[in-house]
Amino acid sequence: MREKILNMLEKNGRIDIKDMATMLGTNETVIANEMADMEKEHIICGYHTLINWDNTSDEKVTALIEIKVTPQRGVGFDSIAERIYNYEEITSLYLMSGGFDFTAIIEGKTMKSVAQFVSSKLAPLESVLSTSTHFILKKYKDYGTVLDVPDKDERMLVTP
Amino acid sequence: MRNPVAKKVTQIEPSGIRKFFDIVSEMQDAISLGVGEPDFDTPWSVREEGIYSLERGRTFYTANAGLKELRIEIGNYISRKYDLHYDAVHEIMVTVGGSEAIDLALRAMVDPGDEVLIPQPSYVSYLPCAVMADAKPVIINLKEENEFKLTRKELEESITDKTKILVLPFPNNPTGGIMTREELEELVPVIIEHDLYVISDEIYAELTYKGKHVSIASLPGMHDRTVTINGFSKAFAMTGWRLGYAIAPKVIMDQMIKLHQFAIMCAPTNSQFAAVEALKNCDDEVAKMVEAYDQRRRFLIDALRGMGLECFEPFGAFYVFPSIKKFGLSSDEFANRLLREEKLAVVPGTAFGDCGEGFLRISYAYSLTDLKKGLERLQRFINKLQAE
Repeated sequence: MREKILNMLEKNGRIDIKDMATMLGTNETVIANEMADMEKEHIICGYHTLINWDNTSDEKVTALIEIKVTPQRGVGFDSIAERIYNYEEITSLYLMSGGFDFTAIIEGKTMKSVAQFVSSKLAPLESVLSTSTHFILKKYKDYGTVLDVPDKDERMLVTP
Repeated sequence: MRNPVAKKVTQIEPSGIRKFFDIVSEMQDAISLGVGEPDFDTPWSVREEGIYSLERGRTFYTANAGLKELRIEIGNYISRKYDLHYDAVHEIMVTVGGSEAIDLALRAMVDPGDEVLIPQPSYVSYLPCAVMADAKPVIINLKEENEFKLTRKELEESITDKTKILVLPFPNNPTGGIMTREELEELVPVIIEHDLYVISDEIYAELTYKGKHVSIASLPGMHDRTVTINGFSKAFAMTGWRLGYAIAPKVIMDQMIKLHQFAIMCAPTNSQFAAVEALKNCDDEVAKMVEAYDQRRRFLIDALRGMGLECFEPFGAFYVFPSIKKFGLSSDEFANRLLREEKLAVVPGTAFGDCGEGFLRISYAYSLTDLKKGLERLQRFINKLQAE
């Protein structure tokens, strides 16, 4: 049941609890309780909206930054991560396998502001060895949804 | 001038859906809950195989019966899924959709005057195909109280000494009815006693929501008297690829291949290459689609019942078949007025046989958002009827 609830919510965070209950063949209380429990257990960590900012008049740039660090004795990666993710500019941070240690995703108003953040805040951090900033030029697909291509039903209206 | 067309053809009535389609297509900004095909796109890996086969220049004919590689995959698939065991080389043929297989099976098996039992409501092509094969179609009117399943009694009462074929259209379009193993087992002794053959149209086999689909050919005694028809359209959302298949004992299949060879030659080659990928690697994609259909199925039944429309719970295909008898309108009148007054297209039950009178076929091959939009219009229309 939990997996099904999560699958539905992941696709549509605004889905009605009543609809969900009907579609899963159960009642609203069961769904509401499961959701409340999963929120408490930090399985459900938020309900966000997928926005294609490119279609708004708001200027926004997103950059993906590869970060190499030196983990310190006793504290490891987690405490370094904490020092990085506490910056509000960082929207996502992942520990990586491979050629570098963290991927950070930064949103800013302009390329300049992002570059400034990296050079003045991120790069000087004690354990950061190097950063490599990649600006995102266009988002085609995010969270399983193709942006900018409206879903159009091209089927004939009535078929046998 | 002589009459250019054959009497036999002109006597066949055009499909009721066709008539309705002509009205719908004139209607501006109508929305529909009337389609008989999936709303999902074909899984990308399958589409990619199709593209790749074109890039590689695989644009030749295949063997009449279909690409050997595909037939072998079909053989594996039906044995894994439905416990059907046939020789992939001689007993499986790839056709242009399930529809072609229906036509071939009937033409390969009946002599003039043989009776073909056709349970209705059901898909529109069994009857005309039987007529074109010079058979005598005998309709069995299925009943709502039996959830539109075929009962042993109904079967027995329809058999004469001329009966040769029973068409079994389950999971059913338009009712969504299915037949369980036990219900099929009830029919088998009657079929064997009267030496009948079965054409089992199982195009919706993957789309069942209560236990696994059971193929009648897998039951004892039925292997050699069944032509099983299936295809890629519904399970893999591949309607436009036009690809189905027939499974039959060699003695029948030999004749079906002969007809196919002269009329069609072979099914489209790039569709066949794509279909190999569908059978090999798409179980997960299919499972996701089935889960989505099942959720919408529950939603739609609940919504229709909420409007006071009676409907039995269908466990197959992607249709609900509610009764509209209480409004005192015929299916045709109801569907036509719904279309004109609320611009919502659904299919009158009578498109699938006279006994579909008093019912509508509503499809849930739509997103939840589209279902809701359609249901809003239906609700408005019902409110209006009740106020009249």
